Amino acid sequence: MVQITFIENNGTVHVVEATNGGTVMEAATKHNVPGIDADCGGACACATCHVFVDDDWMGKINPMGTMEESMLDFAEGVKPNSRLSCQITVNEDLDGLVVTIPASQF
Amino acid sequence: MAKSIVIIGAGQAATQAANSLRQYGFNGKITMLGDEGIAPYQRPPLSKAYLMGEIEIARLKFRDDDQWERDGIDMRPNAGVANIDRAAKMVVTKSGEKIAYDNLIIATGSRVRKISCENSELKGIHYLRTLAQSDALKADLDKAKSIAIIGAGYIGLEVAAIARKKGLSVTVIELAPRVLARVATPIISQYFENLHASHGVNIMTNCALKAFGGKDKVQRVLLEDGREIAADMVLVGIGIIPNSEIAIDAGIICTNGIDVDEYARTNDANIYACGDCTNRELDLYGIRMRLESVHNALEQAKLAAAHIMGAQPPKLDTPWFWSDQYDVKMQIAGLSNGATQHIVRGNIADNKFAVFHLNDENRVLAVDAINSPGEFLIGKKLVLASAKITPQIISNLDIPIKELAAHAVE
Repeated sequence: MVQITFIENNGTVHVVEATNGGTVMEAATKHNVPGIDADCGGACACATCHVFVDDDWMGKINPMGTMEESMLDFAEGVKPNSRLSCQITVNEDLDGLVVTIPASQF
Repeated sequence: MAKSIVIIGAGQAATQAANSLRQYGFNGKITMLGDEGIAPYQRPPLSKAYLMGEIEIARLKFRDDDQWERDGIDMRPNAGVANIDRAAKMVVTKSGEKIAYDNLIIATGSRVRKISCENSELKGIHYLRTLAQSDALKADLDKAKSIAIIGAGYIGLEVAAIARKKGLSVTVIELAPRVLARVATPIISQYFENLHASHGVNIMTNCALKAFGGKDKVQRVLLEDGREIAADMVLVGIGIIPNSEIAIDAGIICTNGIDVDEYARTNDANIYACGDCTNRELDLYGIRMRLESVHNALEQAKLAAAHIMGAQPPKLDTPWFWSDQYDVKMQIAGLSNGATQHIVRGNIADNKFAVFHLNDENRVLAVDAINSPGEFLIGKKLVLASAKITPQIISNLDIPIKELAAHAVE
């Protein structure tokens, strides 16, 4: 099990256990973490699981694919550390990962 | 204020309703009554990554099994409902249990339309809607050498793509003159016909099914024109039927699905309905219809929960859909019915283009985006705004997609 910390826009912190091989999005939705809508369930079709990855972790997560890059290009409030959490695969190196949830997914 | 809310169903709409009720601050009892024997899971991957064996069921579940209890939701996967007693405000399960409600949310979804013809009950004839059906289909796909697919809708074409990836020979049989005839315009139909043909799928349009043939299991498909297609297995994907009988029996007004208003409310003020089982208003297009999609399930569930809790209703989104076939992702914003102009942006041969569907006034009614997420996301906004943009602007690739809205005219 890998521990992931989600910080809501209002500062509320959720620490959840994520499954190896799953995604950061799944860790959020399965524990009912608010603010990650994940409408399409992880198909990289909707851009509603946007998160900001804590800078210390940017080098450790898997790189962006072209589909994710294009989707993010059109999301709201995108920053250099923006990712779609359905495209971040969980592995043991991510134990302790911290991500922040934007105010809105639209 | 409601103390007990019962949700009939355990799919995407039911799950979102429960989630949203908690999110809007409902502290009372939530009882979810499912009948598939499994906790709620995502259905879209059943014809895509799950069928291919790329993702396990545990990852498709909306929650870990013990999380339901932690969220105070009494999720019962083996509790089919026999009837609704509106006078007593009670739901009666098939096992005879009576569960009282202050508010009831009907999220019973839909079921596959079955085919009825000679030998249509033979083994090896599959349908796809539930996890159990996907598992059965997958087991046969892993043994068979050939499959005949009846119906060239999304389910039929997505399974065709998976079957080709698994090395089966694939024949798709469609009654209409083109694939995706019910949901897409001819440009998109032609694109997918070419895509599947290039992957070796034999697509037969204008073909009426007559019967199936075979001894213990299906071995061939017989067409009205006398032709026979040999197949080790069959998938039938000819649409879905709303599960509205329980509402009809309770005297709730239903016309092709359960009629709901803009708050997802039925004609009984205590009873809401959301998802595939409903017939809803779509103000954007000024019509009532059944909308079979994830977007609809989520949106109506949020509307119902907000109304029950007296919260501000969520902003309505453009209806949207997606489909994955081979390495093509199609994302659709809006409904193209009523469009009179179909403007291509990009080059179809590049497998990266979008079709903008406009009415006579150049208002954008829908956008079909092939491997073009920007066109999809911008398209959603243009459709929601009923933006008016000329075909010349839309097809001009020198104008970046992000700047399209700036070219809208009044």
